[in-house]
Amino acid sequence: MISGLLPASLLKMLQRVDLVLLAALSLLVFMGLVTLYSAADTEISTVYRQGIHFVIGLVLMLLFSQVEGKTLRQFAIWLYGIGIVLLILVLMVGVVKKGAQRWLYVGIDIQPAEMMKLAVPMMVAYYFSEKPLPPRFLDILVALILVAIPMVLIMKQPDLGTSLLIALSGLFVIYLAGMSWWLIGGSIAVIAVAAPLMFNYGMHEYQRQRILTLLDPESDLLGTGYHIYQSKIAIGSGGIYGKGWLHGDQSHLDFLPERHTDFIFAVFGEEFGFLGNLLLLGLYIFIIWRGLYIASKGADTFSRLLAGSLSLTFFIYLIVNTGMVSGVLPVVGAPLPLVSYGGTAVVTLMSAFGIIMGMKKRKRIYQTDE
Amino acid sequence: MGERLSIKTERDEQQLFNSRAIVAGLIVLFALGGIMTRLYFLQIKEHAAYTELSKQNYQKHIPRAPTRGQIYDRNGVRLADNHAQYVLEVVWDSVPDQNGDGKKRWNDMQLMLDRLTKIVPLSEKDLRVFGQQVNRRSRYQPTPLKENMTEQEMAMFAVNKSRFPGVNLERRMQRYYPLGTVASHVIGYVGRIDDRDLERLDKSNYAGTSHIGKIGVEAAHEGRLHGQAGYDLAEVDAHGRHQDMIERKEAVGGQDLILGLDINLQLKAEALLKGERGAVVAIDPRNGEVLAMASVPTFDPNLFVDGISSKVYSELRDDPDRPLYNRALQGAYPPGSTVKPMNTLAGLYEKVIWPGKTVYDPGFFQIPGHKHRYRCWKKSGHGGVSMDYAIAQSCDTFFYDMAYRMGVDKFSGYMSLFGFGKKTGVDLTSESDGLMPTPEWKQRRYKQVWYPGDTVNIGIGQGYWLATPIQLAHATASVAMRGKRIRPHVLRAVRTAKNKPEQILEPEVIAQIPARDQRHWEMVVQGMVHVVHASYGTAKRIGVGAPYTIAGKTGTAQVFGIAQNARYDASRLAKRLHDHALFVGFAPADNPQIAVSVIVENGGGGSSTAAPIARRVMDAYLLKKYDDEEPSEEKGEVEPADIVPRVEGAEE
Repeated sequence: MISGLLPASLLKMLQRVDLVLLAALSLLVFMGLVTLYSAADTEISTVYRQGIHFVIGLVLMLLFSQVEGKTLRQFAIWLYGIGIVLLILVLMVGVVKKGAQRWLYVGIDIQPAEMMKLAVPMMVAYYFSEKPLPPRFLDILVALILVAIPMVLIMKQPDLGTSLLIALSGLFVIYLAGMSWWLIGGSIAVIAVAAPLMFNYGMHEYQRQRILTLLDPESDLLGTGYHIYQSKIAIGSGGIYGKGWLHGDQSHLDFLPERHTDFIFAVFGEEFGFLGNLLLLGLYIFIIWRGLYIASKGADTFSRLLAGSLSLTFFIYLIVNTGMVSGVLPVVGAPLPLVSYGGTAVVTLMSAFGIIMGMKKRKRIYQTDE
Repeated sequence: MGERLSIKTERDEQQLFNSRAIVAGLIVLFALGGIMTRLYFLQIKEHAAYTELSKQNYQKHIPRAPTRGQIYDRNGVRLADNHAQYVLEVVWDSVPDQNGDGKKRWNDMQLMLDRLTKIVPLSEKDLRVFGQQVNRRSRYQPTPLKENMTEQEMAMFAVNKSRFPGVNLERRMQRYYPLGTVASHVIGYVGRIDDRDLERLDKSNYAGTSHIGKIGVEAAHEGRLHGQAGYDLAEVDAHGRHQDMIERKEAVGGQDLILGLDINLQLKAEALLKGERGAVVAIDPRNGEVLAMASVPTFDPNLFVDGISSKVYSELRDDPDRPLYNRALQGAYPPGSTVKPMNTLAGLYEKVIWPGKTVYDPGFFQIPGHKHRYRCWKKSGHGGVSMDYAIAQSCDTFFYDMAYRMGVDKFSGYMSLFGFGKKTGVDLTSESDGLMPTPEWKQRRYKQVWYPGDTVNIGIGQGYWLATPIQLAHATASVAMRGKRIRPHVLRAVRTAKNKPEQILEPEVIAQIPARDQRHWEMVVQGMVHVVHASYGTAKRIGVGAPYTIAGKTGTAQVFGIAQNARYDASRLAKRLHDHALFVGFAPADNPQIAVSVIVENGGGGSSTAAPIARRVMDAYLLKKYDDEEPSEEKGEVEPADIVPRVEGAEE
């Protein structure tokens, strides 16, 4: 009896999975593993480990896809509240590594900022789900404060990259909730004015240096500029058709640093060329669009806003990495989502796609079934 | 309005979200379109430039040094050769973990070296130099550990090689001079390329070359000896590790040089000068080939090849006998009476004297209206002196008088035609100009006017006049050739490859020295023959038993001045203050095949010390008598016969 039950429930669970999105993600991960095999100098064990990460990610995706929006939204305040408390604790009694205080020791080192990546959009989506939309100015202000608190706390650690990503995930919710275009335009204008001030007074020297290096990478070829310089050479020398799989000189002769993690896009570009890049970026666009499509099919406002925000955050990962590797954005050390080697990133992203899938409105039969 | 906004309607919110999602989707498209545009520029528009940069990254030219040409004497005796030398090298990255901690640290290198030294003894210095170098290089590049491996060490290492991954025996070519000190000033030596060399050489051609000619033929003919470098175009990784060979261009070895030097004659000349300080230059007057160029004492050029230790170098440098100094080219000496034949030609050319002219020698010369006496070496005087007798007897008064009447301008002018005061242009490094003084020179140098007495002094090859042994040999060869000046040169022929025939270089005729009458040459040569073969000749003793006719001239150059009436007492003077002994000559007089100049520093008289050396050099060359061991009974004994005292500050 039990043996008959399991497949049945598994089948039921699988119904919650968006097969189109899963197919696209699988294709992307497959392309990632192929590239990784080359980037890791044909060391199959690296590919194998990344495969394991993907399988764990798949399981988590399956589990998260079962969670409905109305269930998840109940946790929003708790998750957010606990997250804020932990962030404050980090600043008070956190573990210092490499000059940054980002971790809490609870038997193991945990990084509370990671959970805020989910907690902040959830909290803002929760807030707006209670309010009439499009949001009133006051509600936007409250939402902005909800975003600003963790952002500032994380910035203090300091961890500029993560704080900006978390802020963006919250801002995406505000945007999707329907913040007026006038306000958006005005905010952008304010940021344009504030950015230079931020550069001069609000940044650490290494962050400033990264931006300066971006503007003129050739100025520091032996230091920070070397990465960008070599990745541009890798991509540029790939040409239209690429040098062929396993034939990238830049990566196989060790000129390309961080090539199986942050700079894997350069390996891909060198070996598969412009056409390969079109395919890869096209696949990414498809995935993001599919995410937004699922969001629009969300069960309720909370579900739509959360799924939309997570899809757009995925896009941010993509643009930050490809922009960095192709030399138009600063070197910030962000992986290419689902392609770069790294367990945490793969598992987190697959879970996020599981959450997106779970936000979709349940079909009637399924609901009556319950 | 506000009321309507406050009502939550699922349909409106859905629509609002949809429109926002569509805009967001378009922004995504737009942003990734931007990335694609960027990729279009990198991968399509600027593809060629990045391909070039990529090649520069991974393609490396590894220079292949050409084999340096060898140097031979005219008989084919090897003077400079290349020897294989074996060096033990270590590639740090290939040295495995020794202590089992899974890491490769300096400690592991140390443990490996400790094991290695039990098989191939490593000196303190080897280890120190290695320690310094290994930290400066890439871990993937070989660093030399021990040079000059002996046969036994190589065998010991070969047997144990498998125990030492990362340690390799490498073969390198090293310059070697088989004859050691012989002709070292001519051959010169190579040394490590230094900053000064780097400034002037073609860096691409020398990229794989470690040594360059420093002096002598090695330096003067560097262009011929070095050859053309080749390269391996190899694929390298970011650490400089070689991966694959892409292309190879073989190096073209340098040319072999065949010198005009006759090594047997050279050995003879050096042997004759043994224990002295001096020089012998022998030239074939017919083509200017340098047959021998001895400068004694000499040094061992092998010391310089792999970097001479500062101790040995300072010993050589500070040696009072100056072994590093090439007397034949760099030594500028007063030529003394050796130039009297050339002076005679000047007098004939300027019509100050003529074949029938005689001068009365009372034992001194006086400038009209002056009291000062310029003494002839023969105190009692020679009486009436003809041109021929003046040369053969080296009568000073005759030449004082002639130079005085000629005047310095004409005198110096004509002597310059023999090449005095200028480098001969022999194909060797660091030749000295010597000095043919003129009033302009004296004004420039000493801010003093030229006195008539200065002219009188240079009339007998003294005063300010300085000549190098090569200049004297060259001028003598020019007399032998009746005025035809041919540039002296040491390089006789070249061979571009071992199996190719030698190409003999064309001698370069510099000029024809003018004479009023071609017979004047024969008259002067006759005077020189009488120096050796006449009963009244100053060097008559060397003419005894000569099966060929020698034309020569003795000379004695003063090292220091003595007072007007003082007597020169050689036995009481320190050796360093003795006069320099000189001799020039050529033979056979009617068919010249060798012209020789000899100088023995502080050797005393030219006839007693220098002339016998010249005779034996000529014997060696003309009669192939290379190994006679006649006792040099004349040596050390100073004859007053050829001493020409001069008074300092004669003009008061």
